[in-house]
Amino acid sequence: MSTSTAPVAAKSEGLFSKKNRKLITDPLNDNNPITVQVLGICSALAITVKLENALVMSASVMAVMLAGNVIISLLRNVIPSRIRIIVQLVVVAGLVIIVDNVLKAFVYDVAKQVGVYVGLIITNCIIMGRFEAYAMGNKPGPSALDAFGNALGYAWILVAVAFFRELFGSGSLFGVPILGDAAEKTRLYAFGYMNNNMMILPPMALVIVGIIIWIQRARNTKLIEQA
Amino acid sequence: MNLVNIFVKAIFIENMIFAYFLGMCSYLAVSKTVKTGVGLGAAVIFVLVVTVPVNYLLENYVLKAGALSWISPSLAEVDLSFLAFIMFIAVVASIVQLVEMVVEKFAPALYGALGIFLPLIAVNCSILGGALFMQERQYSNIAEASSFALGSGVGWFLAIVAIAAIREKLRYSDIPAPLRGLGITFIITGLMGMAFMAFMGIKI
Repeated sequence: MSTSTAPVAAKSEGLFSKKNRKLITDPLNDNNPITVQVLGICSALAITVKLENALVMSASVMAVMLAGNVIISLLRNVIPSRIRIIVQLVVVAGLVIIVDNVLKAFVYDVAKQVGVYVGLIITNCIIMGRFEAYAMGNKPGPSALDAFGNALGYAWILVAVAFFRELFGSGSLFGVPILGDAAEKTRLYAFGYMNNNMMILPPMALVIVGIIIWIQRARNTKLIEQA
Repeated sequence: MNLVNIFVKAIFIENMIFAYFLGMCSYLAVSKTVKTGVGLGAAVIFVLVVTVPVNYLLENYVLKAGALSWISPSLAEVDLSFLAFIMFIAVVASIVQLVEMVVEKFAPALYGALGIFLPLIAVNCSILGGALFMQERQYSNIAEASSFALGSGVGWFLAIVAIAAIREKLRYSDIPAPLRGLGITFIITGLMGMAFMAFMGIKI
């Protein structure tokens, strides 16, 4: 999935105007879909127990978002505005069915763990939000870049959260034990270190995202909310 | 007894927000005051209670492998379950449209308060999530599915009202500036989730 997206970015890199570059860099920080726009939180939190799942989920979202943004952008002049939500939902649902079947065919184990959250890409607000805010009013080219940028912004938060949860929760990354063997008390565990099981449970995902937001806003003070 | 069990389990143990993070977008955006929180929570309960049983019928009489055999035995081989996503979301979107029209007609004040978030219930993950969990868990009859839907809705309602009340109080507290608003809401939701974990293993 993600491999198909790479050439698009690489090819257009040469023709990048300042505006196009902004489409990709903006969502990474200043306008991040998760920490600033507050969209698409559900899946971001639920599937970040393991890095592998987070990557598969990011790739799926990126595939759906790229294809969806381009399709909606191509159709933007023929969609009656009254029924646009339904049209958008049908486009996303169709794409998600494809992604779901691809995942089940090629990475069945991950597909089982990610479970209902792949289906929930349909209602992932980032995707609908990008359709509404960008693809409905712009040409396919910039829409694809916009989708790519937002998917990247989504992905890096997912990977960051998953990194900490897997490292501290299971002592591994991508399923490879980093800190030693917990059962046989090797390496770090020999000194009495223990995995923090809390990290695997849902509440810690929220706390980690909260801390990421804290750090981001401390560095980027214009994002601070006036309460 | 089983119905009560499913209901209680859906509220406390498998809470949509604290255990599955479903519907977080509107949960975070609309929880600034208790009043709008209650409105949206009620809308979610209502939509869940209507859509999950409808989707249950759809799943069991149209989509599942062999579900079409009630029309004629020759259709027993048909498996339409790959269509589930698109059918579920179509049902959800149309029912939300219906609810929107009813609310606009009979409760204009609530309609104004909910604003953009009523149509967004269609893309609220908790609604589609309810349908997908119903499919995954294979409830044995429609009463169980409805009980699950009601429980999930009430659980979501509880969560949003609780966080809205806390956020109203938070306005008077001295929070580090970068943490204000979103950041602290995430962390508090996490703490509430830990508290809800105390319900784990309860059986009635």
